[in-house]
Amino acid sequence: MGFLFDKNTWQEIFGSIGKNKTRTIITMVGVLWGIFVYIGLSGAAKGMDNGFEKVFKTVSMNSMFVWGQSTSKPYGGFKTGRQMQLKLDNVTELQNRIPEIQYIAPRITLGNFGSDPIYTVRGQKSGTYTINGDYPVYTKIATKKIFDGGRFINDEDIRQARKVCVIGERNLQELFEKDENPVGQYIRIGSVYFQVIGVHKMAQGVSFDNDGDIFIPFSTYRKLYNSGDNIGYMCIAAYDDADVVQVEKDVKSILKSIHKVAPDDDRAFGSFNLGEMFTKISGFAKGLTFVSLIVGIATILAGVIGIGNILLISVKERTKELGVRRALGATPNEVRSQIILESVFLTVLAGIIGVILGAGLLSLINNMTKDLDFPYTNPTVPIPYVLGALAIMVVLGTLIGLIPAHRAVSIKPIDALREE
Amino acid sequence: MGSNSLHVLKGINFTAEAGELVAIMGSSGSGKSTLLNILGMLDEADSGDYTLDGVPIKNLNETKAAKYRNKFLGFIFQSFNLINYKSALENVALPLYYQKIPRKERQVRAMKYLEQVGLKEWAHHLPSELSGGQKQRVAIARAMAAEPKVLLADEPTGALDSTTSYEVMDLIQKINDQGNTILVVTHEDDIAHMCKRIIHLKDGVIEKDEKVTQVRASQYV
Repeated sequence: MGFLFDKNTWQEIFGSIGKNKTRTIITMVGVLWGIFVYIGLSGAAKGMDNGFEKVFKTVSMNSMFVWGQSTSKPYGGFKTGRQMQLKLDNVTELQNRIPEIQYIAPRITLGNFGSDPIYTVRGQKSGTYTINGDYPVYTKIATKKIFDGGRFINDEDIRQARKVCVIGERNLQELFEKDENPVGQYIRIGSVYFQVIGVHKMAQGVSFDNDGDIFIPFSTYRKLYNSGDNIGYMCIAAYDDADVVQVEKDVKSILKSIHKVAPDDDRAFGSFNLGEMFTKISGFAKGLTFVSLIVGIATILAGVIGIGNILLISVKERTKELGVRRALGATPNEVRSQIILESVFLTVLAGIIGVILGAGLLSLINNMTKDLDFPYTNPTVPIPYVLGALAIMVVLGTLIGLIPAHRAVSIKPIDALREE
Repeated sequence: MGSNSLHVLKGINFTAEAGELVAIMGSSGSGKSTLLNILGMLDEADSGDYTLDGVPIKNLNETKAAKYRNKFLGFIFQSFNLINYKSALENVALPLYYQKIPRKERQVRAMKYLEQVGLKEWAHHLPSELSGGQKQRVAIARAMAAEPKVLLADEPTGALDSTTSYEVMDLIQKINDQGNTILVVTHEDDIAHMCKRIIHLKDGVIEKDEKVTQVRASQYV
């Protein structure tokens, strides 16, 4: 293998490929295109994967919602069509009985799901918004970014049923002057004044709320609207390693037993499982990554075969040259290693250029999608994938080079030199 | 490849001394190229012995043959067989590459031989930029570069007009004058008579082996 590190070998190879520029370029284009497609595709797929991941980062990925509907089966002496109403103590019961539950946040809301939004006033400005009664734990499930100087509802707010509220960016724009600091100011929600304690930032991607939602303490809400122990729906987050689908089943069956609903009544409680959705979407993204990997590798393969093909033709074209070299004292091994080294060198060079161009394409895509409201972030290809592709190319380049190399030495020098 | 084998050479026996300039003559099909190919280790005889500079040449595999060719032999072809993408200098330096001589030294030595054949100014030209005679002179320089024991020339003037042929023969004679052994295959009488000895081949046997008075090519140039 010493010849690999011999300057002379490489000078000879550079001479050979440098002076046959057309051939060299045509040979390289195949592999270059292959690795370019490979990098472009798998990077693009990864970008989508990252995009989804970022979108789901604002909410707990193992979360779900449960709400009451009406029964569809008579059971335990109750007739069908009974309206289900979730109660606060259901929350404690669920938390006590299902160990997989990490957080559970009961919510109650007005101005949503068919009820009228609440008329909200500040000075000369007004708007109608959805009002949520919340517990602090809600932010554990749906991350709320609060602008500087503000905060979300805390336990003390709940205990004292303070008339405080967290408003959204839209409320801020519609109710306040530009550059006005809303924290500490008062707004009137319905007929009661609330002090603004924070402004939540609109979350990109999946969000349970929109930017015009107002949050007030749950305890304040129940006093204000006389809702007692009723809750609108529950947000439940399971531990990361828990099976959310199973948790969803458990939650529903416990609720059914509490509310005396037929165990096989699927309509009594509604639910939406974000974890399941997320698994599906991330599965889709993973599938896309896999497909792009396969397509990319297949393209590289086609490129390498192209190199082999062109080298084979060029060996035929170079029969005479190789014959001369052997008449001048080139051993079969020297001829063989020259052809293989040319093959490998071209493959790797084309591969590296392809990687560079592919990386350029990805950074271009990244710049173009940066400000887009589209689940697409950071299209990258992990270094091991790149090195792996290069390794595959070296191996394939060697193997494919063997064919023309064998052809080159199987022709007797005397035949190679004979006039056509 | 064919199923019919053809015996081209049927018993050849001759010895060339060091410093000889031998012409091998014969009509086409007489076996002169086959003989040269065997001498050049490009082909192998079915039977018989071949001793070069005291070394018995037999049971050669390709690698060994390549080594011997590189060390002992210099080839001059009818169609020059220069590598068309290499400059004259690089062509001359090529046998030295296979002797693992470093690039710098290769070029110095190649330049020396190019100078000898009078093509120093053309060193960096490609073969396509040279005339037929110049190409053959580059090929001769290349054959000389490895300082071989024997130069084998296969119809060296076959592709050249007579004036250029004489120039090339003049060069070959001068190289011979320096003490190099040269075998020239030709079917041209005047070229053969510029050598010191003519071996006439006919149908695979030596018909006549004669020493001749050398005609100097320089008088025609």
